[in-house]
Amino acid sequence: MRGLTFDIAHLLAGTLVLVSFLELYQDRLYALLNMFALHALVLALSVAWQAYIQNAPHLYVTAAIALVFKAIIIPVALHRIIVRLGIRREIEKVVGVGSAMLLGMGLVALSMVVMLRVTAEADPLAREDLAFALSVVLLGLLMMVTRRNAVSQIVGFMSLENGLVLAATGAKGMPLVVEISIAFSILIAFIVIGIFLFRIRERFDTVDLQALDRFRGERG
Amino acid sequence: MVLLALAGAATLIATAAVALMFADAARARHVVYGICLIVSLALLLIALLALLGIYDTPSVATLPLGIPWLGAHFRLDALSAFFLAVVNLGAAAASLFALGYGRHEHAPRRVLPFYPAFLAGMSIVVLADDAFTFLVAWEFMSLSSWALVVAHHRVVENVRAGYVYLIMASFGTLALLLTFGLLAGPDGGYAFGDIRGGHHSATLTASILILALIGAGSKAGLVPLHVWLPLAHPAAPSHVSALMSGVMTKVAVYGFVRIVFDLIGTPAWWWSMVVLALGGVTAAMGVLYALMQHDLKRLLAYHTVENIGIIFIGLGLALAFKAHGMAWAAALALTAALLHVFNHSVFKSLLFFGAGSVLTATGERDMEHLGGLIHRMPQTAFVFLVGCAAISALPPLNGFVSEWLTFQAILLSPQLPSWGLKLLVPAVGALLALSAALAAACFVKAFGVTFLGRARTPAAERARETDRLSLAAMFFFAALCLVAGILPGIFIDALAPAVQGLVGDRMPVQGSVDWLSIVPIAESRSSYNGLLVFVFMVLSGVLAAWAIHRLASDKLRRAPPWDCGYPDASPATQYTASSFAQPLRRVFGSVVFRAREHVEMPPPGDARPARFTVELHDLVWDALYAPIAGAIGFAADRLNHLQFLTIRQFLSLVFAALVLLLLVLAIWP
Amino acid sequence: MALIFDFGIQGAQMLLVLLLAPLLTGFTRKVKARLLLRQGPSVIQPYRDLVRLMRKEVVLAENASWLFRVIPYLIFAATWVAASLVPTFRTGLLFSWSADLIAIVALLGSARFFLALAGLDVGTSFGGIGSSREVMIASLAEPAMIMIIFTLALIAGSTQLSTMAGFLVSSEVGLRVSLGLALIALIMVAIAENARIPVDNPATHLELTMVHEAMVLEYSGRHLALIELSASLKLLLYVSLIACLFVPWGLVPSGAGLGLLVVGLVAYIAKLATGGLLLALFETSIAKMRVFRVPEFLGAALMLGLLATLLLFVSRSL
Repeated sequence: MRGLTFDIAHLLAGTLVLVSFLELYQDRLYALLNMFALHALVLALSVAWQAYIQNAPHLYVTAAIALVFKAIIIPVALHRIIVRLGIRREIEKVVGVGSAMLLGMGLVALSMVVMLRVTAEADPLAREDLAFALSVVLLGLLMMVTRRNAVSQIVGFMSLENGLVLAATGAKGMPLVVEISIAFSILIAFIVIGIFLFRIRERFDTVDLQALDRFRGERG
Repeated sequence: MVLLALAGAATLIATAAVALMFADAARARHVVYGICLIVSLALLLIALLALLGIYDTPSVATLPLGIPWLGAHFRLDALSAFFLAVVNLGAAAASLFALGYGRHEHAPRRVLPFYPAFLAGMSIVVLADDAFTFLVAWEFMSLSSWALVVAHHRVVENVRAGYVYLIMASFGTLALLLTFGLLAGPDGGYAFGDIRGGHHSATLTASILILALIGAGSKAGLVPLHVWLPLAHPAAPSHVSALMSGVMTKVAVYGFVRIVFDLIGTPAWWWSMVVLALGGVTAAMGVLYALMQHDLKRLLAYHTVENIGIIFIGLGLALAFKAHGMAWAAALALTAALLHVFNHSVFKSLLFFGAGSVLTATGERDMEHLGGLIHRMPQTAFVFLVGCAAISALPPLNGFVSEWLTFQAILLSPQLPSWGLKLLVPAVGALLALSAALAAACFVKAFGVTFLGRARTPAAERARETDRLSLAAMFFFAALCLVAGILPGIFIDALAPAVQGLVGDRMPVQGSVDWLSIVPIAESRSSYNGLLVFVFMVLSGVLAAWAIHRLASDKLRRAPPWDCGYPDASPATQYTASSFAQPLRRVFGSVVFRAREHVEMPPPGDARPARFTVELHDLVWDALYAPIAGAIGFAADRLNHLQFLTIRQFLSLVFAALVLLLLVLAIWP
Repeated sequence: MALIFDFGIQGAQMLLVLLLAPLLTGFTRKVKARLLLRQGPSVIQPYRDLVRLMRKEVVLAENASWLFRVIPYLIFAATWVAASLVPTFRTGLLFSWSADLIAIVALLGSARFFLALAGLDVGTSFGGIGSSREVMIASLAEPAMIMIIFTLALIAGSTQLSTMAGFLVSSEVGLRVSLGLALIALIMVAIAENARIPVDNPATHLELTMVHEAMVLEYSGRHLALIELSASLKLLLYVSLIACLFVPWGLVPSGAGLGLLVVGLVAYIAKLATGGLLLALFETSIAKMRVFRVPEFLGAALMLGLLATLLLFVSRSL
């Protein structure tokens, strides 16, 4: 039975990495939001499974928060912002999909090597989950760095958060208050970003970062 | 034994000397190539006898030539015998081909004397047992092949090709010189026997490996030292191109194997990472370059680069396994690499012979001016097809066997403990698989655009079949491709003594496996039976043909091809080489070569044709060679001033040098 | 006696795949039609098509060469040999040791090599479109397949399909991440190799959307029948491959009696039907990708295969 427990936990963590790759692959905003919702759903399942095998009922709450906020509320809200601001629904990329996937592979390899070497004596289940979590964090960062659209940067940031939550649950012992504070900070950040996007759009008629770059001021 | 081989080489040199004087005689070509053929066959026989263990190996000889206190050492052991066999198989076939092809040579004086010298040089390199003989023979080989490259010196590209080749060859020889210097150490024991037992520090062995990689790798064609290969190989006459691509690159591989597996002692594990990484990059880059070409011989030359990459991947795996003490796995990897050495020399020579036949039949090397040759030159087309199928690693031919063995070796690598290898080997495996798939694409293009379709120019319409001797050489190699694919166990067992000597173990004896299968590790793990696959394919095809012709219809009629209602008589509407490669160019080339396509459309009403240009940047050249060439040019310009100094200034230079040396003597502790 | 029985099983398998292949194609078409609220052709229509084509006269283009006429037989031979070696209802086929999974994939690769050559033979631009796109798709699908093979071979300890199937049926293998990744990658590769939506449309006759159909545009009569049969065989091969590797329950071990063999046969036919149903569902719910999105799709499959292999290299339990 222990083997199956390991395997399901790994499977869910691996699926999270897979969905991060799928987010990198998308070139349309609505599809990206759907992928992000899937990302949050898989995270919720993973946290729920960890709650089951660790016998830690407060993690069920974490899973529920992830499910409600990140899988439902935030994607719906972002969807509405896109419609209201009339943002272009195609994602512009700095590097092509193929190169982004190659870089993603390299990042996953890097995080596997780092995590598995550094934690050589730790519990095998936690080690590999941490390796996957670091991969998700790095892939979220890659997404933020290689996409020009502000909404896709938000999604990248959220995926990064998901990776951190996965790491924290895998390491056994994240108190609920930390999770609540993280959730609130996300909410606040999200509201602020939403307001800013609205103002930027009002002012400059676009949220494309490259176009906004022109208004930054004198180049040194 | 080795003295017999040396006698053969000496005959070749003598032929070269005589040909220097009588090259323009009427039957000179027949005499020279005939002697080369006979001597190569004799050397091949000697090598095979040594390899199969009929004679005692290793057989050594020391001749009082060269440096007085060193003499010239020669040795024929299992590894030398294998490479001698490869060299002379290629040489014999090329000589047979040249007996027919040589009649189109319009400057025999520039080709006939150097050809036997080239063959002799290659054979002596493989037989050499001390550093001096090795280097002399290596230079001899380089210089004679350079002379052959610039044989048609009226063509401007050939002269430039020869220039680049000469620089790269000299650079490679310099690296090898330093390698042997470091190996011999301060005592100066240059014979390989003396070097073999020596122990060196870790940094010294690391530098030896790097220098050996540079020296042997530049001759073999490792990226980034490959730039001379696609310039020089096409420039030479076709039988020489076949030898340079198929055989001389293998002599370079021999040099690397001899130094790194035999002379240097136990390897450090991280060397394998360097070799693996270089091999993987070479394989992928080589085939991507080849895909962008539309000159048939240049495509084949870039393809040689890819196959050298595959060989070095096998060698890197063998090094990794040897360094970690897994001798049985190292034997598998090394066998895969050496088998690919043999296979590649066979099918690459075959393809170059085919390209040479096409060149003499049509006068064109550019695929975009050919087409429809399968109707005009059916036999050449058939053997070229066999060569293309073999090089694309299609079962049941021989290319598949060596690739299969390399994959089996990669599947053993998770047992390697080091992290760097754990990350590198899957990536190299993916690169290998990618280059294999792209190679098939490349050869569909090469065969399809050249031989299939309709003729694009009058030259292609007027092509005639090649002469019988050339065809004989090509058919022989095509048959050899099939035999090596169907009965690979024989070749693997023949390689075993060489592998045993280098890594200390060998693959399981293939002769004892049932049904002529090959078994890389154990029968429970995996096996492959080329003969059965071939028999099944033939049976199913014949059965289907017979059943359909008996039971269903066998009627046939000819009609114009489907043209969607717009009859097009012009063969210019069919796909060209660059249009065939366009999807691949867009997927891979836009990243690797910054490939861009430009279309210039004339304004409406203007009757000029539109112009379509493809722009490719060779990133290796731009990043590595152009800056170096620029720096050398800059320095040379500055130093030019030294020519125009006054006498007083020259004297002051001498005075300054003298004072500086005295200072050094004073300060030196 | 056992040898003759095994020989009979191998022969039965060869015949079975040949007979079932058009049925699978017909079934998939029927389900697709029903999902689109059409009646659709009968399930045995492909058989009728094949017989009709076999009886027809071949119309050959004027400058088609001998290679053009030989290629359908070559493709059929390669595909049939490959399909006969994939375990369908029983592992331990008599000749399974003669070609492992790498050789099977290489046989399919040689079939594709010759098909691409056939596209270039007639010298019109339609064949050229098909061949150039086909080699672009193959240049990414084949490495992805090799990476999947690596993953499976590293888990099962062998590249022989029968050994792999036997290992995956046993309880030693758990629910491994790399197996999941390999499954997704294999489905993506199977869609690309069999010229299914979203990579290629098997029912189109518009040049701009063709890949496979463009290469076989000039074929007619018995040649076309052979090529269609080979395409159906290839689809059957891939569905059987996915079934025997990832849904191996129902595969009868070697040495079983006749009763168990019948059970295995029924299980196999059920798996084929499920595969056809899922394929039809997938094809009707997604649109065809534009041509230069296909390399990204297959690049993703290659990356998944590479990731699965990498996970197996760095850890024993992943």
